[in-house]
Amino acid sequence: MIGEIDPTIIHLTVFVLAVFVGYHVVWNVTPALHTPLMSVTNAISSIILVGAMLAAGPAETDWGVWLGAAAVVLASINVFGGFLVTQRMLEMFRKKDKKGSA
Amino acid sequence: MSADLIALAYLVAAVFFILALKGLSSPLSARRGNLFGMVGMTIAVGTTLTITQNWTLILGCIAIGAIIGSIVAQRVQMTAMPELVAFMHSLVGLAAVFIAIAAVNNPVSFGLPEMLPAGSKLELFLGTFIGAMTWSGSVIAFLKLSGRMSGAPVIFTGQHMINLTLALVMIGFGLWFFFSETTNWPAFITMTAIAFILGFLIIIPIGGADMPVVISMLNSYSGWAAAGIGFSLGNPMLIIAGSLVGSSGAILSYIMCKAMNRPFLSVILGGFGSEGGSQGAADGTQKTYRSGSAEDAAFLMSNADSVIIVPGYGLAVARAQHAVNELAEVLHEKGVNVRFAIHPVAGRMPGHMNVLLAEAEIPYEQVLEMEEINSDFPNTDVVLVLGANDVVNPAANVPGSPIYGMPILEAHKARTVIVVKRSMAAGYAGLDNDLFYMDKTMMVFGDAKKVVEDMVKAVNA
Repeated sequence: MIGEIDPTIIHLTVFVLAVFVGYHVVWNVTPALHTPLMSVTNAISSIILVGAMLAAGPAETDWGVWLGAAAVVLASINVFGGFLVTQRMLEMFRKKDKKGSA
Repeated sequence: MSADLIALAYLVAAVFFILALKGLSSPLSARRGNLFGMVGMTIAVGTTLTITQNWTLILGCIAIGAIIGSIVAQRVQMTAMPELVAFMHSLVGLAAVFIAIAAVNNPVSFGLPEMLPAGSKLELFLGTFIGAMTWSGSVIAFLKLSGRMSGAPVIFTGQHMINLTLALVMIGFGLWFFFSETTNWPAFITMTAIAFILGFLIIIPIGGADMPVVISMLNSYSGWAAAGIGFSLGNPMLIIAGSLVGSSGAILSYIMCKAMNRPFLSVILGGFGSEGGSQGAADGTQKTYRSGSAEDAAFLMSNADSVIIVPGYGLAVARAQHAVNELAEVLHEKGVNVRFAIHPVAGRMPGHMNVLLAEAEIPYEQVLEMEEINSDFPNTDVVLVLGANDVVNPAANVPGSPIYGMPILEAHKARTVIVVKRSMAAGYAGLDNDLFYMDKTMMVFGDAKKVVEDMVKAVNA
């Protein structure tokens, strides 16, 4: 019987596999959309909002909670700013059907 | 919610993030992809809310961030996208540092043991220093890009030695923190402070021309910072999302370096673009060029079968995108096949020029990448170069040239070349461009917007 696996090893496994997924998905992104790719990845990296919420979560309020609250604000700016600006850009990449109407 | 349910919800969110990036493989599916990203984020945040108290505080803070973020997203100019992205990277970095400090202060709220185990300490150390470097590096990048700080590289002797020493000292304090039995605040704070300073020092020697690489690199860092925090909190969703972003930024850095034919290491070590001297008169002879008016250029283009427009960042500086769209439309009505050729480093960040052209309502089907269009140049009647220089410099094919090996748009192979430029000044690389002196080339001097508007009038006349 082998012992229990250290959680860090499991996380490392997830990490390595996710890097491979990222590598393959990103190479398929069309170069024309590299700027939206950057703004959307920016929004996705603000997933640390989850960590910020945990930091701001405990009932007994000490300075760590306020630090967490500040992180929640910072990460939320990114979540909303990132997704909305990406949407704004992608709206511009619609097919134009008013061809020759000038 | 039980721990298993929460983990499953996080898994669903992670899958949505992967789908978000996958959507960007084509402009048709991209908007749906972005929507997937928002759904994933909503699931992640909603799930986390169920395991936290202080809802008023948290939701209030999210509301503040939502208001600021929405306003910024609505107001930002497309030309200012690089600044915005740098600004947002800095927020991710700073938030990561705050979270790490909070986790050291109160591990229990993150589900970690009261006494931090060695593994968690190591992970917090990684998350903190990557976050701190992302923050200060992004701030410098933001200042340089927005023109609040000179884009020129800041170089002093012993720079790399100082950086190396600081990095070693930082690791030293990290180890001290790691091996301390109780929470060693002095070590942790000192290490974080050094990481902030390192972030500044690493970005200041990198010049304006290399900013597309820097932005991509910081994009990558912000992802690794998120993954690092994911390791500390034992949260696979953060690890997955962070790794996606990290590898995305790394790939974009690689693509940008390749497009400039510059080794990644030399970009990072910096100093490029410091010697601003023009090598134009190096051979002593005055080379002759042919110049013409906007009307002459319009005549050439309206009588052509095919025209390729090569836009550079000078076009955006002159705010000429809408005028260019008009020119493309009037030429199109005359039966001319008009297309756009984009070099990967045409803008100030990857894909920047595509967004600027899309904003001017130029259909993306007419906008082609370098590999797609390069073989068409020999069969093209007229190439119109607007505010671009180094990316069409045939010197890239001449061994010994500073830009030798850089992939270029082969405008010089077309039958006629029209170059719109303010003056004969050299580009970022400080090189003279032989394209301007070819017999088939006509220079049109002036502000890009004014010249293009004159062209539209002349074609319509």
